Amino acid sequence: MSAKKETFGKTVGIVVAVCLACSIVVSGAAVGLRQLQQSNAAVDKKSNILTAAGLLEAGMSKAEIAETYEARVEERYVDLESGQYVEKEDGYDMYRAAKDPSTSSRVEGSNVGFTRRPDVASVYVVRDDAGDVSRIILPVHGSGLWDLMYGFLAVDADGNTIRELIYYQHKETPGLGAEILNPSWQALWDGKKLYKDGEVAIQVKKQAGTDNPYAVDALSGATLTSNGVQNTLVYWAGQNGFGNYLKNQSWRS
Amino acid sequence: MADTKEMKKALFGPIIDSNPIALHVLGICSALAITTKLETALVMSLALTTVCAFSNLFISIIRNHIPSSVRIIIQMTIIASLVIVVDQVLKAYSYEISKQLSVFVGLIITNCIVMGRAEAYAMKSPPMMSLLDGIGNGLGYSFILIVIGTIKELFGFGTILGIEILPLVQNGGWYTGNGLLILPFSSFFLIAGMIWFIRTIRPEQVEPKE
Repeated sequence: MSAKKETFGKTVGIVVAVCLACSIVVSGAAVGLRQLQQSNAAVDKKSNILTAAGLLEAGMSKAEIAETYEARVEERYVDLESGQYVEKEDGYDMYRAAKDPSTSSRVEGSNVGFTRRPDVASVYVVRDDAGDVSRIILPVHGSGLWDLMYGFLAVDADGNTIRELIYYQHKETPGLGAEILNPSWQALWDGKKLYKDGEVAIQVKKQAGTDNPYAVDALSGATLTSNGVQNTLVYWAGQNGFGNYLKNQSWRS
Repeated sequence: MADTKEMKKALFGPIIDSNPIALHVLGICSALAITTKLETALVMSLALTTVCAFSNLFISIIRNHIPSSVRIIIQMTIIASLVIVVDQVLKAYSYEISKQLSVFVGLIITNCIVMGRAEAYAMKSPPMMSLLDGIGNGLGYSFILIVIGTIKELFGFGTILGIEILPLVQNGGWYTGNGLLILPFSSFFLIAGMIWFIRTIRPEQVEPKE
């Protein structure tokens, strides 16, 4: 180590030079790759929605996913209080709105696991080839064992029959709670009913049996995750969630 | 220029003879966390090898200009920048995997192997040798991760790279997955087992009794 490079001026000079070079590389990578990353995130979301819509086929390319989504799925915004459609600008994010007190309400009397819900939520209306509404996809989230679980609930145009429950973001234990993503468990939801005589009736419980239209078998070894799924559905199907929207069936008008 | 024998030693030595995980017991945290599936272990290995190789290279290039009073900070700056670039590239080209690796790519910054090689080797060695040393240590890390990832995925989930090998009871097969192996800390036992194995075939690695 020579004494020369230890001077104050040299030290500052090297630090500034290294920082400058590094920041150019980092910002170059961030700016250069941003578009690709955003399109990845968008495609990921769309492919989850298409899965819930029952339209996703294995091996679809990004372009096909985007195309099918454009053709069949329409994003609408619902005022949860009244259950009516409202207009929002493109890019409205219900999860961001939930953080702002002026666009959200407190959650009371529920163990769903979050404290504020947005006043206006997104829904995804799926149409069949003839243009009739075939499914309604509702974004739902609620507490699991470790963290909030985010998913899409697909119901038929009758606003009652469940078709799919697809979780796309969660932190549940692999092999136990994370079995919410197991296709054979997801398949159990097909045909179950949310409401019995206008009341939320759906349950996740032990030995639900295949012929009970209001109950789905809980995951073995994952009681708290299963309870979380039930709490999530009960909340979002209820009066504070999409209850009024599903009752009004605004998609028919 | 170093001769080929020395280059070979820098490149392949860290795989068994001076493995960063098995001999130096560095980089354990990420080896625990992301080896549940082989695929994530592979991507993590690739990411760490890249970062380790290039951080060694860049630090070695400017090693004669780094004032020793701020050398750690400069090493960290270079390592952190490389990690961010790797993270961005993963998000752009391998979105699914980057979602699974989540925070662990960012944590390569704190991986003792990268920092350790920069400080112990790249600060004193010419760029070419440092690059090889970085790749070598990355390979050593990868070797352990791949072995552990394979064991955990095969016996925990009955699959390898997502392809079913042992059909699980849940899916109508006969194999009951080993619940311990899908939890991160089971890697402790596996890494310990590998250290035992390597030190049995390479007795010179055993530390003398104090």
